[in-house]
Amino acid sequence: MADTVQFDLVSPERLLASAQVTAVQIPGADGDMTAMADHAPTITTLRPGLLVTEGPDGTSEYVVTGGFAEISARGISVLAERAIPKGDVTKADHEAMVKEAEEALENAKTAFENEPGPVDDAAKLLADMVAVGDHITV
Amino acid sequence: MPSLKDLKNRIESVKSTRKITKAMQMVAAAKLRRAQEAAEQSRPYTERFNAVMAGLAASVGGSDSAPKLLSGTGSDQVQLLIVMTSERGLCGGFNTNIAKLARAHAQRLQGDGKEVKILTVGKKGRDQLKRDFGDLFVGHVDLTEVKRVGYADAQGIAKDVLGRFDTGEFDVATIFYSKFVNVVSQIPTAQQIIPASFEEQEGDEASTLFDYEPDEEAILADLLPRGVATQIFSALLENGASEQGARMSAMDNATRNAGEMIDNLTIEFNRSRQAVITNELIEIISGAEAL
Repeated sequence: MADTVQFDLVSPERLLASAQVTAVQIPGADGDMTAMADHAPTITTLRPGLLVTEGPDGTSEYVVTGGFAEISARGISVLAERAIPKGDVTKADHEAMVKEAEEALENAKTAFENEPGPVDDAAKLLADMVAVGDHITV
Repeated sequence: MPSLKDLKNRIESVKSTRKITKAMQMVAAAKLRRAQEAAEQSRPYTERFNAVMAGLAASVGGSDSAPKLLSGTGSDQVQLLIVMTSERGLCGGFNTNIAKLARAHAQRLQGDGKEVKILTVGKKGRDQLKRDFGDLFVGHVDLTEVKRVGYADAQGIAKDVLGRFDTGEFDVATIFYSKFVNVVSQIPTAQQIIPASFEEQEGDEASTLFDYEPDEEAILADLLPRGVATQIFSALLENGASEQGARMSAMDNATRNAGEMIDNLTIEFNRSRQAVITNELIEIISGAEAL
């Protein structure tokens, strides 16, 4: 039995989950990472993706759209801007998210015509959003 | 001396007013509970967010490359006041207190020769500030249609504010809202959100050395705009709870006053009825005596 670690998933509106888990798969901005007990203290931003927790009570999956994760000695806190249990995500939700990202890309294209940075970021956001669609089986 | 009929009508009308204020009080009480719950549930996010931001700000804040949202534009000439009030009245001094604080602040800034711009959230505050500062308004956010304040509303406001900041419309932004203490006391509060200020928390938390992924500055650049939204969101929630608390105590007072008024009017009604009866008797008796 692996060591467990305290895991909290909070959105601005409420505390979504708080449990003891053995591992958390976090969709970090620089790539996915799996955090287990005694992980080095880390702060990372999130990209849209799937957050998977594994614990004694089984695994649970959430779709997160952005925010950041803090891994410290006390536990793992994920502060997500929007987080929905995977089973509750509907096709309409996903389409709305993709549409939002598409609009952000359009805005970035017009606002930063000569700067590739923000446009690339927005394009990546859109790609991530679309990729989320592969995870949810509707 | 009002007639009996008039008195009766007045008693009836005060009674129905009392019914209305009583109902409003109970509705406010129910809404207050919901608003308080919402405020409570957002607290873990805000607390953790601020703790992380404080740590980050402390490590990056000193450098020249710190984002403008944190270090400021280097000037404080143009000040944006974001005044948050309610959409509805009948809540005692709630809106007046916030407007008063904002007005004093604006006048002081103007006295110092600064340029003041005002963004209002909620139409009650807008109405109150219109006469003195109507020409300083740069925008208004209407939440009339919003039944329950969500994070998306805060994000909308934050987006508007950040857009203005990016185009250099202002240097410093301060939000005005009412902090909820309990049902009878709400404290109007001014809080600076741009440039961001985070309170350092003492303790072992701050001394932990974190790995940052991507680097600290990229995270900070990503999180600062979210920080603005978070602060606006928690201010909106506090304000929501304060508004209901203020309305509840205002309506409680109104109900009690109506009760007193009914008692007084009833006494007056009984007296005048008695006077009428006595008068009639005197007339009859003196008529009989004259015969």
